[in-house]
Amino acid sequence: MTSAQGLKSLPQANMAASSHQPSAVQRAPQQLRTPSNRKTIYDRNLNRTRTAELSRASFAYLFGEMVSYAQKRVTGIQDLERKYHIPDAHNEWSRVWAYCIANHFLRLNEQGYPLGLRLLPLLLYREPPRTSVRPNRILPLLQFIHGPFWRHLFGRTADAIEHSSTANNEYMISDNEPLVNQYISVPKEMNQLNCAAYVAGMIEGVCDGCGLKAAVSAHNGGTEMWPGKTVFLIRFDEGVIEREGLLDAKK
Amino acid sequence: MASNKAARDGEKIWKTNVDKVNAELVTLTYGTMVAQLCSDFNHKYGEVNQQLDKMGYNIGMRLIEDFFAKSGVQRCGNLRETAETISKIGFKMFLNITPTVSNWSADNKSFSLIFDENPLADCVELPNDGRAQDELWFSNIFCGILRGALEMVQMQVEAHYVADVLRGDETTEMRITLLRYMEDEMPPDDE
Repeated sequence: MTSAQGLKSLPQANMAASSHQPSAVQRAPQQLRTPSNRKTIYDRNLNRTRTAELSRASFAYLFGEMVSYAQKRVTGIQDLERKYHIPDAHNEWSRVWAYCIANHFLRLNEQGYPLGLRLLPLLLYREPPRTSVRPNRILPLLQFIHGPFWRHLFGRTADAIEHSSTANNEYMISDNEPLVNQYISVPKEMNQLNCAAYVAGMIEGVCDGCGLKAAVSAHNGGTEMWPGKTVFLIRFDEGVIEREGLLDAKK
Repeated sequence: MASNKAARDGEKIWKTNVDKVNAELVTLTYGTMVAQLCSDFNHKYGEVNQQLDKMGYNIGMRLIEDFFAKSGVQRCGNLRETAETISKIGFKMFLNITPTVSNWSADNKSFSLIFDENPLADCVELPNDGRAQDELWFSNIFCGILRGALEMVQMQVEAHYVADVLRGDETTEMRITLLRYMEDEMPPDDE
Protein backbone atom coordinates (compact mmCIF):
# COMPACT_ATOMS: atom_id res chain seq x y z
CA MET A 1 0.00 0.00 0.00
CA THR A 2 1.59 3.24 -1.02
CA SER A 3 0.76 6.59 0.34
CA ALA A 4 -0.47 7.59 -3.09
CA GLN A 5 -3.25 5.07 -2.71
CA GLY A 6 -3.92 6.42 0.71
CA LEU A 7 -4.26 9.90 -0.68
CA LYS A 8 -6.52 8.81 -3.46
CA SER A 9 -8.86 7.23 -0.98
CA LEU A 10 -9.16 10.34 1.08
CA PRO A 11 -12.08 12.04 -0.60
CA GLN A 12 -14.38 9.08 -0.18
CA ALA A 13 -13.18 8.09 3.25
CA ASN A 14 -14.89 9.56 6.25
CA MET A 15 -17.69 10.95 4.15
CA ALA A 16 -20.01 10.52 7.03
CA ALA A 17 -17.82 12.56 9.27
CA SER A 18 -17.50 15.50 6.98
CA SER A 19 -19.75 17.20 4.55
CA HIS A 20 -17.07 19.17 2.84
CA GLN A 21 -15.88 16.41 0.58
CA PRO A 22 -17.30 16.42 -2.90
CA SER A 23 -19.27 13.32 -3.68
CA ALA A 24 -20.47 11.74 -6.87
CA VAL A 25 -24.07 11.88 -5.78
CA GLN A 26 -24.00 15.40 -4.52
CA ARG A 27 -26.83 17.60 -5.65
CA ALA A 28 -27.27 21.32 -5.44
CA PRO A 29 -25.82 22.53 -2.15
CA GLN A 30 -28.34 22.93 0.56
CA GLN A 31 -28.38 23.53 4.25
CA LEU A 32 -28.07 20.63 6.62
CA ARG A 33 -30.91 20.50 9.08
CA THR A 34 -29.87 21.04 12.66
CA PRO A 35 -31.84 20.65 15.88
CA SER A 36 -33.14 23.91 17.34
CA ASN A 37 -31.11 23.46 20.52
CA ARG A 38 -28.07 23.71 18.25
CA LYS A 39 -26.53 20.45 19.32
CA THR A 40 -24.13 20.44 16.41
CA ILE A 41 -20.46 19.60 16.38
CA TYR A 42 -19.60 23.26 15.97
CA ASP A 43 -21.24 24.20 19.25
CA ARG A 44 -19.24 21.77 21.29
CA ASN A 45 -15.93 22.24 22.96
CA LEU A 46 -13.23 20.47 21.02
CA ASN A 47 -11.66 19.28 24.25
CA ARG A 48 -14.89 17.84 25.59
CA THR A 49 -13.97 14.27 24.78
CA ARG A 50 -10.24 14.64 25.37
CA THR A 51 -10.17 12.52 28.45
CA ALA A 52 -13.46 10.71 27.93
CA GLU A 53 -13.32 6.97 28.09
CA LEU A 54 -15.34 4.11 26.72
CA SER A 55 -15.07 0.44 27.41
CA ARG A 56 -12.30 -1.36 25.63
CA ALA A 57 -14.80 -4.04 24.70
CA SER A 58 -16.80 -1.61 22.61
CA PHE A 59 -13.69 -0.82 20.59
CA ALA A 60 -12.83 -4.49 20.25
CA TYR A 61 -16.34 -5.31 18.98
CA LEU A 62 -16.34 -2.53 16.42
CA PHE A 63 -12.83 -3.21 15.21
CA GLY A 64 -13.46 -6.94 15.05
CA GLU A 65 -16.58 -6.39 13.01
CA MET A 66 -14.72 -4.00 10.74
CA VAL A 67 -12.00 -6.56 10.10
CA SER A 68 -14.36 -9.45 9.48
CA TYR A 69 -16.48 -7.34 7.15
CA ALA A 70 -13.38 -6.53 5.13
CA GLN A 71 -12.19 -10.10 5.30
CA LYS A 72 -15.38 -11.44 3.77
CA ARG A 73 -14.24 -9.82 0.58
CA VAL A 74 -11.08 -11.90 0.60
CA THR A 75 -11.23 -15.60 1.25
CA GLY A 76 -7.57 -16.23 1.69
CA ILE A 77 -4.10 -15.35 0.67
CA GLN A 78 -4.20 -18.21 -1.86
CA ASP A 79 -7.07 -16.59 -3.72
CA LEU A 80 -5.14 -13.39 -3.89
CA GLU A 81 -2.11 -15.22 -5.13
CA ARG A 82 -4.08 -16.87 -7.88
CA LYS A 83 -5.79 -13.67 -8.79
CA TYR A 84 -2.59 -11.73 -9.03
CA HIS A 85 -0.55 -14.59 -10.54
CA ILE A 86 1.95 -14.69 -7.76
CA PRO A 87 4.01 -17.64 -8.90
CA ASP A 88 5.59 -19.07 -5.79
CA ALA A 89 4.14 -18.49 -2.40
CA HIS A 90 7.26 -19.75 -0.67
CA ASN A 91 9.43 -17.16 -2.20
CA GLU A 92 10.06 -14.39 0.28
CA TRP A 93 9.40 -11.62 -2.19
CA SER A 94 6.05 -12.91 -3.33
CA ARG A 95 4.97 -13.40 0.25
CA VAL A 96 5.67 -9.78 0.91
CA TRP A 97 3.74 -8.92 -2.21
CA ALA A 98 0.79 -11.06 -1.15
CA TYR A 99 0.87 -9.35 2.19
CA CYS A 100 0.66 -5.97 0.54
CA ILE A 101 -2.26 -7.01 -1.61
CA ALA A 102 -4.13 -8.61 1.25
CA ASN A 103 -3.61 -5.53 3.30
CA HIS A 104 -4.82 -3.46 0.45
CA PHE A 105 -7.94 -5.59 0.29
CA LEU A 106 -8.58 -5.40 3.95
CA ARG A 107 -8.17 -1.68 3.49
CA LEU A 108 -7.38 -1.19 7.12
CA ASN A 109 -4.49 0.98 6.16
CA GLU A 110 -6.78 3.07 4.02
CA GLN A 111 -9.32 3.44 6.78
CA GLY A 112 -6.77 4.59 9.30
CA TYR A 113 -5.31 7.23 7.00
CA PRO A 114 -7.95 9.97 7.38
CA LEU A 115 -7.89 9.45 11.13
CA GLY A 116 -4.20 10.30 11.23
CA LEU A 117 -4.71 13.37 9.08
CA ARG A 118 -7.45 14.61 11.40
CA LEU A 119 -5.83 13.67 14.67
CA LEU A 120 -2.67 15.61 13.84
CA PRO A 121 -4.12 19.13 14.09
CA LEU A 122 -6.40 18.10 16.94
CA LEU A 123 -3.52 16.81 19.05
CA LEU A 124 -1.30 19.76 18.20
CA TYR A 125 -4.12 22.09 19.22
CA ARG A 126 -4.25 20.37 22.57
CA GLU A 127 -0.52 20.47 23.24
CA PRO A 128 0.75 23.27 25.49
CA PRO A 129 1.41 26.36 23.35
CA ARG A 130 5.17 26.05 23.37
CA THR A 131 5.16 22.56 21.89
CA SER A 132 2.15 22.83 19.64
CA VAL A 133 4.23 23.20 16.52
CA ARG A 134 3.76 20.92 13.57
CA PRO A 135 6.82 18.70 13.35
CA ASN A 136 8.71 19.43 10.13
CA ARG A 137 11.75 17.22 10.57
CA ILE A 138 11.87 13.45 10.75
CA LEU A 139 12.99 13.05 14.34
CA PRO A 140 10.49 15.42 15.97
CA LEU A 141 7.78 13.79 13.86
CA LEU A 142 8.72 10.30 15.03
CA GLN A 143 8.87 11.54 18.60
CA PHE A 144 5.44 13.07 18.20
CA ILE A 145 4.03 9.76 16.96
CA HIS A 146 5.85 7.78 19.61
CA GLY A 147 4.78 10.17 22.37
CA PRO A 148 1.62 12.32 22.29
CA PHE A 149 -0.04 10.44 19.44
CA TRP A 150 0.37 7.02 21.03
CA ARG A 151 -0.48 8.31 24.48
CA HIS A 152 -3.71 9.82 23.25
CA LEU A 153 -4.91 6.73 21.44
CA PHE A 154 -3.56 3.95 23.59
CA GLY A 155 -2.82 5.55 26.95
CA ARG A 156 0.94 4.97 26.80
CA THR A 157 3.90 5.70 24.56
CA ALA A 158 5.09 3.28 21.91
CA ASP A 159 7.94 1.01 22.87
CA ALA A 160 10.79 1.93 20.55
CA ILE A 161 11.93 4.07 17.65
CA GLU A 162 14.67 2.66 15.48
CA HIS A 163 16.48 3.72 12.35
CA SER A 164 17.04 0.99 9.81
CA SER A 165 20.68 0.05 9.43
CA THR A 166 20.26 -0.89 5.78
CA ALA A 167 18.00 1.76 4.29
CA ASN A 168 18.48 5.39 5.12
CA ASN A 169 14.82 6.31 4.61
CA GLU A 170 13.39 3.57 6.82
CA TYR A 171 12.42 4.04 10.42
CA MET A 172 10.64 1.68 12.72
CA ILE A 173 8.30 2.30 15.61
CA SER A 174 7.42 -0.76 17.59
CA ASP A 175 4.67 -1.62 20.00
CA ASN A 176 5.07 -4.72 22.13
CA GLU A 177 1.37 -5.29 22.63
CA PRO A 178 -0.77 -3.29 20.24
CA LEU A 179 -4.16 -2.60 21.74
CA VAL A 180 -5.91 -3.05 18.43
CA ASN A 181 -4.67 -6.63 18.13
CA GLN A 182 -5.64 -7.61 21.62
CA TYR A 183 -8.80 -9.42 20.62
CA ILE A 184 -7.95 -10.28 17.04
CA SER A 185 -6.74 -13.67 15.99
CA VAL A 186 -5.57 -13.95 12.44
CA PRO A 187 -6.28 -17.22 10.61
CA LYS A 188 -3.20 -19.34 10.03
CA GLU A 189 -3.22 -19.08 6.27
CA MET A 190 -3.14 -15.30 6.52
CA ASN A 191 -0.37 -15.13 9.05
CA GLN A 192 1.44 -12.35 7.25
CA LEU A 193 -1.46 -10.10 8.03
CA ASN A 194 -1.39 -7.74 10.92
CA CYS A 195 -4.53 -5.83 11.73
CA ALA A 196 -2.47 -3.06 13.24
CA ALA A 197 -2.35 -1.95 9.60
CA TYR A 198 -5.17 0.27 10.79
CA VAL A 199 -2.71 2.07 13.05
CA ALA A 200 -0.10 2.06 10.26
CA GLY A 201 -2.64 3.97 8.18
CA MET A 202 -3.03 6.52 10.96
CA ILE A 203 0.75 6.98 11.15
CA GLU A 204 0.84 7.47 7.40
CA GLY A 205 -1.83 10.14 7.75
CA VAL A 206 0.18 11.95 10.41
CA CYS A 207 3.37 11.84 8.31
CA ASP A 208 1.62 13.10 5.20
CA GLY A 209 -0.15 15.75 7.24
CA CYS A 210 3.24 17.05 8.33
CA GLY A 211 4.41 17.20 4.74
CA LEU A 212 6.85 14.35 5.28
CA LYS A 213 5.45 11.87 2.84
CA ALA A 214 5.82 8.25 3.86
CA ALA A 215 4.46 4.78 3.30
CA VAL A 216 3.79 2.89 6.49
CA SER A 217 3.13 -0.80 6.99
CA ALA A 218 2.61 -3.01 10.03
CA HIS A 219 4.62 -6.19 10.41
CA ASN A 220 4.64 -9.01 12.90
CA GLY A 221 7.84 -8.88 14.87
CA GLY A 222 6.94 -11.29 17.62
CA THR A 223 9.66 -12.27 20.05
CA GLU A 224 9.62 -14.86 22.78
CA MET A 225 8.85 -12.26 25.36
CA TRP A 226 6.40 -10.25 23.25
CA PRO A 227 4.65 -12.63 20.85
CA GLY A 228 2.35 -9.90 19.63
CA LYS A 229 5.04 -7.33 19.00
CA THR A 230 4.28 -5.24 15.95
CA VAL A 231 6.77 -3.18 14.00
CA PHE A 232 5.53 -0.19 12.05
CA LEU A 233 7.87 0.34 9.15
CA ILE A 234 7.93 3.96 8.00
CA ARG A 235 9.47 4.49 4.58
CA PHE A 236 9.93 8.15 3.82
CA ASP A 237 9.96 9.41 0.25
CA GLU A 238 13.32 10.13 -1.30
CA GLY A 239 12.47 13.81 -1.42
CA VAL A 240 11.99 13.92 2.32
CA ILE A 241 15.43 12.42 2.94
CA GLU A 242 16.97 14.80 0.44
CA ARG A 243 15.46 17.82 2.18
CA GLU A 244 16.51 16.48 5.52
CA GLY A 245 20.10 16.26 4.20
CA LEU A 246 19.97 19.82 2.87
CA LEU A 247 18.67 21.14 6.18
CA ASP A 248 21.40 19.30 8.04
CA ALA A 249 24.05 20.67 5.72
CA LYS A 250 22.85 24.21 6.30
CA LYS A 251 23.58 24.05 9.99
CA MET B 1 -35.06 -4.23 39.59
CA ALA B 2 -35.67 -0.71 40.70
CA SER B 3 -34.35 1.91 38.38
CA ASN B 4 -32.15 3.47 41.07
CA LYS B 5 -30.55 0.23 41.97
CA ALA B 6 -29.81 -0.47 38.32
CA ALA B 7 -28.21 2.94 37.99
CA ARG B 8 -26.06 2.32 41.06
CA ASP B 9 -25.04 -1.11 39.84
CA GLY B 10 -24.21 0.25 36.41
CA GLU B 11 -22.03 2.97 37.90
CA LYS B 12 -20.22 0.46 40.06
CA ILE B 13 -19.56 -1.93 37.19
CA TRP B 14 -18.30 0.91 35.01
CA LYS B 15 -15.94 2.08 37.72
CA THR B 16 -14.51 -1.21 38.83
CA ASN B 17 -15.05 -3.88 36.26
CA VAL B 18 -14.43 -2.43 32.84
CA ASP B 19 -11.21 -2.00 30.87
CA LYS B 20 -11.22 1.44 29.32
CA VAL B 21 -9.98 2.94 26.14
CA ASN B 22 -9.84 6.48 24.78
CA ALA B 23 -13.31 7.48 23.63
CA GLU B 24 -12.10 9.26 20.53
CA LEU B 25 -10.49 6.09 19.23
CA VAL B 26 -13.86 4.35 19.32
CA THR B 27 -15.73 7.32 17.89
CA LEU B 28 -13.30 7.74 15.03
CA THR B 29 -13.21 4.02 14.33
CA TYR B 30 -16.97 3.86 14.07
CA GLY B 31 -16.91 6.95 11.89
CA THR B 32 -14.50 5.45 9.39
CA MET B 33 -16.47 2.23 9.39
CA VAL B 34 -19.67 4.00 8.42
CA ALA B 35 -17.80 6.11 5.90
CA GLN B 36 -16.32 2.98 4.36
CA LEU B 37 -19.74 1.37 4.13
CA CYS B 38 -21.17 4.49 2.51
CA SER B 39 -18.56 4.38 -0.20
CA ASP B 40 -18.76 0.58 -0.56
CA PHE B 41 -22.51 0.70 -1.06
CA ASN B 42 -22.25 3.62 -3.37
CA HIS B 43 -24.13 5.90 -0.98
CA LYS B 44 -27.24 3.78 -1.04
CA TYR B 45 -27.97 4.61 2.55
CA GLY B 46 -30.76 2.06 2.93
CA GLU B 47 -28.22 -0.70 2.34
CA VAL B 48 -25.77 0.95 4.70
CA ASN B 49 -28.44 0.91 7.43
CA GLN B 50 -29.01 -2.77 6.77
CA GLN B 51 -25.34 -3.62 6.85
CA LEU B 52 -24.89 -1.70 10.11
CA ASP B 53 -27.79 -3.58 11.60
CA LYS B 54 -26.25 -6.88 10.50
CA MET B 55 -22.89 -6.00 12.01
CA GLY B 56 -24.62 -4.95 15.19
CA TYR B 57 -26.44 -8.27 15.31
CA ASN B 58 -23.12 -10.13 15.14
CA ILE B 59 -21.78 -7.97 17.92
CA GLY B 60 -24.90 -8.35 20.05
CA MET B 61 -24.78 -12.13 19.95
CA ARG B 62 -21.28 -12.10 21.41
CA LEU B 63 -21.71 -9.10 23.64
CA ILE B 64 -24.42 -10.67 25.77
CA GLU B 65 -21.93 -13.17 27.28
CA ASP B 66 -19.59 -10.37 28.16
CA PHE B 67 -22.50 -8.46 29.63
CA PHE B 68 -23.52 -11.29 31.96
CA ALA B 69 -19.97 -12.12 32.92
CA LYS B 70 -19.18 -8.57 33.96
CA SER B 71 -22.50 -7.48 35.39
CA GLY B 72 -23.78 -10.64 37.05
CA VAL B 73 -27.38 -9.47 36.65
CA GLN B 74 -30.15 -11.97 37.10
CA ARG B 75 -33.00 -12.80 34.77
CA CYS B 76 -35.40 -9.90 34.29
CA GLY B 77 -39.00 -10.48 35.29
CA ASN B 78 -40.65 -8.32 32.68
CA LEU B 79 -39.91 -5.99 29.79
CA ARG B 80 -39.78 -2.94 32.05
CA GLU B 81 -36.96 -4.49 34.01
CA THR B 82 -35.24 -5.48 30.79
CA ALA B 83 -35.47 -1.91 29.53
CA GLU B 84 -33.98 -0.50 32.73
CA THR B 85 -31.19 -3.05 32.63
CA ILE B 86 -30.36 -2.26 29.01
CA SER B 87 -30.20 1.43 29.70
CA LYS B 88 -28.65 1.65 33.16
CA ILE B 89 -26.30 -1.30 33.00
CA GLY B 90 -25.84 -2.32 29.37
CA PHE B 91 -25.28 1.07 27.79
CA LYS B 92 -23.47 2.26 30.90
CA MET B 93 -21.08 -0.64 30.85
CA PHE B 94 -20.05 -0.35 27.23
CA LEU B 95 -20.52 3.31 26.39
CA ASN B 96 -20.79 5.12 29.72
CA ILE B 97 -24.20 6.58 28.85
CA THR B 98 -27.66 5.88 30.20
CA PRO B 99 -30.36 6.56 27.63
CA THR B 100 -33.74 7.41 29.11
CA VAL B 101 -36.46 4.79 28.91
CA SER B 102 -39.83 6.30 28.04
CA ASN B 103 -42.92 6.31 25.83
CA TRP B 104 -44.22 2.93 26.92
CA SER B 105 -47.02 1.63 24.75
CA ALA B 106 -50.35 0.77 26.40
CA ASP B 107 -49.71 -2.98 26.15
CA ASN B 108 -46.24 -2.59 27.69
CA LYS B 109 -44.65 -4.24 24.72
CA SER B 110 -42.73 -1.39 23.23
CA PHE B 111 -40.70 1.51 24.55
CA SER B 112 -38.28 4.17 23.44
CA LEU B 113 -34.71 4.83 24.39
CA ILE B 114 -33.88 8.53 24.25
CA PHE B 115 -30.20 9.29 23.82
CA ASP B 116 -29.04 12.61 25.28
CA GLU B 117 -25.54 11.70 24.35
CA ASN B 118 -24.19 9.32 21.79
CA PRO B 119 -20.46 8.71 21.87
CA LEU B 120 -20.54 7.08 18.43
CA ALA B 121 -21.89 10.24 16.88
CA ASP B 122 -19.54 12.74 18.51
CA CYS B 123 -17.77 14.85 15.88
CA VAL B 124 -20.13 13.64 13.18
CA GLU B 125 -21.94 15.58 10.52
CA LEU B 126 -23.80 13.76 7.79
CA PRO B 127 -22.87 14.44 4.17
CA ASN B 128 -24.72 17.35 2.69
CA ASP B 129 -25.92 15.48 -0.37
CA GLY B 130 -29.62 16.00 0.19
CA ARG B 131 -30.22 12.33 0.94
CA ALA B 132 -28.11 11.26 3.89
CA GLN B 133 -30.18 13.27 6.34
CA ASP B 134 -33.32 11.58 5.09
CA GLU B 135 -32.04 8.06 4.68
CA LEU B 136 -29.03 7.24 6.84
CA TRP B 137 -29.41 6.19 10.46
CA PHE B 138 -25.86 6.78 11.54
CA SER B 139 -26.02 4.79 14.77
CA ASN B 140 -28.08 1.96 13.36
CA ILE B 141 -25.55 -0.52 14.70
CA PHE B 142 -27.22 -0.14 18.13
CA CYS B 143 -30.47 -1.58 16.76
CA GLY B 144 -28.63 -4.67 15.58
CA ILE B 145 -26.77 -5.01 18.85
CA LEU B 146 -29.98 -4.94 20.89
CA ARG B 147 -31.70 -7.36 18.52
CA GLY B 148 -28.77 -9.79 18.65
CA ALA B 149 -28.22 -9.56 22.37
CA LEU B 150 -31.89 -9.95 23.29
CA GLU B 151 -32.30 -12.86 20.91
CA MET B 152 -29.67 -14.70 22.92
CA VAL B 153 -31.91 -14.38 25.97
CA GLN B 154 -34.94 -15.66 24.10
CA MET B 155 -36.50 -12.34 23.30
CA GLN B 156 -37.27 -11.48 19.75
CA VAL B 157 -37.42 -7.74 19.37
CA GLU B 158 -37.67 -5.24 16.61
CA ALA B 159 -35.63 -2.09 16.99
CA HIS B 160 -35.38 0.96 14.81
CA TYR B 161 -34.55 4.62 15.08
CA VAL B 162 -37.36 7.12 14.81
CA ALA B 163 -35.35 10.30 15.30
CA ASP B 164 -31.72 11.35 15.33
CA VAL B 165 -30.17 14.74 16.12
CA LEU B 166 -27.82 14.19 13.18
CA ARG B 167 -30.87 14.42 10.95
CA GLY B 168 -31.91 17.66 12.57
CA ASP B 169 -34.42 16.10 14.98
CA GLU B 170 -34.67 17.42 18.51
CA THR B 171 -33.72 14.14 20.15
CA THR B 172 -32.25 10.79 19.25
CA GLU B 173 -34.85 8.14 19.83
CA MET B 174 -34.88 4.41 19.26
CA ARG B 175 -38.10 2.41 19.35
CA ILE B 176 -37.95 -1.15 20.62
CA THR B 177 -40.84 -3.58 20.34
CA LEU B 178 -41.01 -7.02 21.86
CA LEU B 179 -42.34 -9.44 19.26
CA ARG B 180 -42.34 -12.64 21.30
CA TYR B 181 -40.53 -14.66 23.90
CA MET B 182 -38.91 -17.53 22.07
CA GLU B 183 -39.33 -21.05 23.39
CA ASP B 184 -36.26 -23.13 23.90
CA GLU B 185 -35.99 -25.02 20.69
CA MET B 186 -33.84 -28.07 20.13
CA PRO B 187 -31.60 -27.83 17.11
CA PRO B 188 -33.19 -30.00 14.38
CA ASP B 189 -30.51 -32.71 14.27
CA ASP B 190 -29.79 -32.89 17.95
CA GLU B 191 -30.08 -36.41 19.31
